[in-house]
Amino acid sequence: MIKSYKLKRGLSNAFIYLLLAVLGIIWVSPLVYLVLHSFRDEGLATVSYLLPKTYSFKNYIELFTDTATLNFPRWFLNTFVVACFSCVISTLAVLMVSYSFSRLRFKARKPLINIGMILGMFPGFMTMIAIYYLLKAMGLTQTLLALVICYSAGAGLGYQISKGFFDTIPRALDEAATIDGATRNQIFWKIILPMSKPIVVYTVLTSFIGPWTDFILAKIIMGDARDNYTVAIGLQTMVSLEFKATYFKRFLAGSVIVAVPISALFLFMQRYYVEGVTAGGVKG
Amino acid sequence: MKYIDYMQLNPFQRFWYNFSNTMKAFPGKLKNFFAAIGMFIANFFKGIGKAVAGYVSRFVKGDWAVKISYLIMGFGNMVKGQFIKGLLFLGLQVAFIAYFIFFGWGYLQKFPTLGTVEQGMQINPATGGYELMAGDNSMLILLYGVLTIVLTVIFLAVYFASTKSAYAVAQQVAAGEKPVDFVSEVKDLFDKKFHITLLAFPTLTISAFTILPLIFMILIAFTNYNKAHLAPGKLFTWVGFDTFSEIFAMTEGASKGATFVELTKWTLIWAVFATVLNYLFGMILALMINKKGIKLKALWRTLFVITVAVPQFVTLLLMNQMLQEDGAINVLLMSLGIIDKGILFLNSTALVARITVIVVNCWIGIPYTILITSGILMNIPADLYESATIDGAGPVRSFFSITLPYMLFVTTPYLITNFIGNVNNFNVIYLLTNGGPSTENLYQAGYTDLLVTWLFKLTMNSQDYNLAAAVGILVFIVCATLSLVTFNLTKSAKSEEEFS
Repeated sequence: MIKSYKLKRGLSNAFIYLLLAVLGIIWVSPLVYLVLHSFRDEGLATVSYLLPKTYSFKNYIELFTDTATLNFPRWFLNTFVVACFSCVISTLAVLMVSYSFSRLRFKARKPLINIGMILGMFPGFMTMIAIYYLLKAMGLTQTLLALVICYSAGAGLGYQISKGFFDTIPRALDEAATIDGATRNQIFWKIILPMSKPIVVYTVLTSFIGPWTDFILAKIIMGDARDNYTVAIGLQTMVSLEFKATYFKRFLAGSVIVAVPISALFLFMQRYYVEGVTAGGVKG
Repeated sequence: MKYIDYMQLNPFQRFWYNFSNTMKAFPGKLKNFFAAIGMFIANFFKGIGKAVAGYVSRFVKGDWAVKISYLIMGFGNMVKGQFIKGLLFLGLQVAFIAYFIFFGWGYLQKFPTLGTVEQGMQINPATGGYELMAGDNSMLILLYGVLTIVLTVIFLAVYFASTKSAYAVAQQVAAGEKPVDFVSEVKDLFDKKFHITLLAFPTLTISAFTILPLIFMILIAFTNYNKAHLAPGKLFTWVGFDTFSEIFAMTEGASKGATFVELTKWTLIWAVFATVLNYLFGMILALMINKKGIKLKALWRTLFVITVAVPQFVTLLLMNQMLQEDGAINVLLMSLGIIDKGILFLNSTALVARITVIVVNCWIGIPYTILITSGILMNIPADLYESATIDGAGPVRSFFSITLPYMLFVTTPYLITNFIGNVNNFNVIYLLTNGGPSTENLYQAGYTDLLVTWLFKLTMNSQDYNLAAAVGILVFIVCATLSLVTFNLTKSAKSEEEFS
């Protein structure tokens, strides 16, 4: 009896191992293809076999040296600069809004929370055309400043996750500090923020990653100003019909260069990420 | 049910008790929800009425300084010793009036018609030559008209606050108190009124770059701003609900109405498949990885989660390339001898392309479900499964009778947000197929276009701005209704966890 149970469990586990292995291969193989072919030396855009025959760093070197038509290092620098600025501004905005909604009590609090919720329901790029004209009226289209503004202007609406975190800090701390004569400003900087390092790190990282992965807004704002592209639209340009033949392998190399640090950051903060999503969208 | 009775139930009964309670309460909640909306509107007008009444009574009761403050903002404050505060109010008034006279009024005047003078060749009275003369720019009139209205509303709010403040300081002086000086008011902004300091900057940027554009786009839906009426060359004007009736008109052929119906159908099919398949298969995989006795859990998990970590545009562009006629997937199939000619996954027939995007979306979405649900799956009480096994239930039966109901109950809000996310899933369609395969049967759309990618094409390719704005509003109405229902359900379930 026990033996047959063990056998059954062994069989079912073997089946699961097999399935996981097959599915794992399916899931990872496109990424393996990406990495391997980014080192491919021979051939043009695509080749009629799966594994490259010769490997070299040529694609990576050309990506950074042959910058006459498509300037990848410039795009990388653009994205980095935009990401840094919008990261600082968005983080401040998110923390300020979430602290107010979580710890302070004032008359307009509930209405403001409701307005924020409704604003979040409009399809994001419905407003993009209007934003484009607004920026055009201000003479800012095709500039990096416009991107910084767009990425950080609405950041305050993404307050839910850090508000959820602030909510878990006992209010008794605030009360004790108030009795000791601290103002709310001091409580924010000296008590709440030092206690919220994980959520500050999370907010900094997500707002830093945003500009690297956003695609559509950058495309609308930049149009054909290729020198001011970010990496996302730049890489898409590389696989457009016009450039694909020469640039496909460099596209793979560029993708690897962008994907590696971003993936590392994501894996580092996935725990907060899951907590954030489940806190907002799951009963518990 | 008393708490003590609840404690005596077994986990399964507890679950059913909670679940049936939520379902029973649902119609009532819905009724309450609409009642709440009604109350909100009623309260809003009551609030305005009260404010106006206060405004009038303060004028009647106030002294001469207060009465002058109703005309010259900040006068009362200055007279009573709050000099800097009064000066700020006055400065604001002067600035607004200057803006209104020199800039805003010109646009606001033309707002009802959106301009009457069309750009064209005319005799220039200054030079006497026949030249191209600039006409009214309907687009700028609309944009700055909205801006002026928003600024006026803000100014009225400040004006209202200033009259209140003048009255308050007059009361203080009359009671023999010293008026609050400027320094301590600023100090207050970092303590009792800290929320004003914190929220000022985000509110400003959100108003300028989210609310203002949103109002602008909503208004566009009620104009005839399209390629036949392109500013600045041509004028456009208000047309009421014409754009909406165009969408809902049931005409044959590649009309806007027929395209809207077709794309709505596909958007819903896509959203259902994308949500349900990812949810089910993601959960099954998560269960397998977390099953007792399976080793190398971290390895399996990372294998799948790594695809979530790589930026989506990279994986999507890569997938797009791999699915081309000479791409890696066709190369693989040919080298295995399954096919001898490349399959056009993305641009042959509608069916092939649609199946392909749904399958690729599984590849992208399933790891995401694994990531999110692993933790919740571990929280299902183990004794549920044990008693099921003793009763002779196999793994399949356990999944459908225990795991799925439990997870559905706990993650309904997540599922609905996910569904809304898929309705708005711009990136997957745009980067993978760009809406293709293209067709003559649809207006400015391909077979895999969702409503949101259609909206994008309408603005970027065919300049049907009014149509795009109307489609955006319709998508919003659907999403907002779903979200509000979810939000209310979540709230109801949370309050019901407290047993009375």
